[in-house]
Amino acid sequence: MNTVFFIAAGVAVISTLLVICHSNAVHALLYLIISFSAVAVIFYLMGAPFVAALEVIIYAGAIIVLFLFVVMMLNLGPVATAQEKAWLQPRMWIGPSILGAILLALTVSLLWRGAPTAAGGAEVGPRQVGAALFGVYLLAVQLAALLMLAGLVGASHLRRRELLPESETKTELLP
Amino acid sequence: MSDVVFKLVLIATVLLVILHLAGFLIWVERRLLALLQDRLGPNRAGPLGLFIIVADIIKIFTKEDWIPPFIDKPVFVAAPMIIMVTALLSFAIVPFAPGAVILDLDIGVLLFLGLSSMGIYNVILAGWASNNKYALLGGLRMAAQMFSYEVFMGLSLMGVVTLAGSFNLSAIVHAQREGWFIVPQFLGFLIFFIAALGETHRLPFDMPEAESELIAGYHTEYSSMKFGMFFVGEYISVTLFSALMTTFFFGGWLGPVLPPLAWFCVKTAGFIVVFIVLRAALPRPRYDQLFAFGWKFILPAALLNLVVTGALVLWKSS
Repeated sequence: MNTVFFIAAGVAVISTLLVICHSNAVHALLYLIISFSAVAVIFYLMGAPFVAALEVIIYAGAIIVLFLFVVMMLNLGPVATAQEKAWLQPRMWIGPSILGAILLALTVSLLWRGAPTAAGGAEVGPRQVGAALFGVYLLAVQLAALLMLAGLVGASHLRRRELLPESETKTELLP
Repeated sequence: MSDVVFKLVLIATVLLVILHLAGFLIWVERRLLALLQDRLGPNRAGPLGLFIIVADIIKIFTKEDWIPPFIDKPVFVAAPMIIMVTALLSFAIVPFAPGAVILDLDIGVLLFLGLSSMGIYNVILAGWASNNKYALLGGLRMAAQMFSYEVFMGLSLMGVVTLAGSFNLSAIVHAQREGWFIVPQFLGFLIFFIAALGETHRLPFDMPEAESELIAGYHTEYSSMKFGMFFVGEYISVTLFSALMTTFFFGGWLGPVLPPLAWFCVKTAGFIVVFIVLRAALPRPRYDQLFAFGWKFILPAALLNLVVTGALVLWKSS
């Protein structure tokens, strides 16, 4: 079990680093898919199969497709890659490296002292997640729903040109 | 030990059958479409023209595997593999007969949804990596189509999950002993079927390919076996969705007289034929019509189905 965890964690860390460093946007997004999948494996090992499945469906599936959709719409070519390369100078790495090193030192020292073991214990299946969401956290779910409704209304407002008379929309391209 | 051997034999059998079936479906589709369009189709090689399968495979393997110079090579090569991997992996959760399931997972339905949302990447990435405007348009269409259809594919299955009380596919089949879910979940079945057409990008929803407007869409630049993998992957997806519709709505392997496996195969074959007949029967809708239909009509219907099912289950249990 521990071996699988460390392999998945290693894959997640390396792929996430590559997401940040890659100069080609689409390749970076592909590494992000791998990173999310590795995190899903870790969730599964921790006894949360439902969250693992949602991680794949929502993050690795839907959200990255949204990112890819936007990147494809912008149609960035080799020019954008060259620009990214120009921005990723070695001196850009100094700040993030120091901050990352501090976090790494903290993590290693905590592990060294034998910090309390993570979640583990009982498996949290779909039933338990549902009971928690619509029991204890009902208010949070409803607040999230309100937020999404606001987003929906906003999106619908931005598309309202559809409702104008036919003559004004003739030149407009289809969605 | 014998359990492990049984699982390995099962995996090998499933792989062998599914991959051969995909080849066989090429012949089925060509003959059936020909029949429906009042022509003969391939009938020369061997009995009923069956050897056309061998000829097709030899042809597709010996063609020049041309990789254009202007493409993004690693993504271009990886894209066709994705659909093969995700579609074949999804068969792990399908119960073919009592006990004959590779992975009896408690989150089976969710695993299938996750794998199908990953499977979409083959079209999107192939379209992007080809660096060709028609292919890119095909990829963009698939991404947009996937947004519209993934949402209510999941929602339409939730009615089944509510009735069965489990995400486990074997449990879903067992819950249908009293009666198949097609009766209480008829709306759910229709929605899942439409979503399946969108996900497998078969006609009438083959917008990403649309040969009359986009040449061949996302696989314009592909040749030889790389194209063959898209082709075979599509048939594997069709088989997968047929098997899942059988499992979710038509009682899986349940049925009188005949052995369970036979029932499963008969039902699945029936759905595959429906997929092919639909191709001959329906024209391709316009791009925006498809989305308007999806968001304005099917999504509310899926939500209504879920709410009514949930209310009825609560009412019965109280």
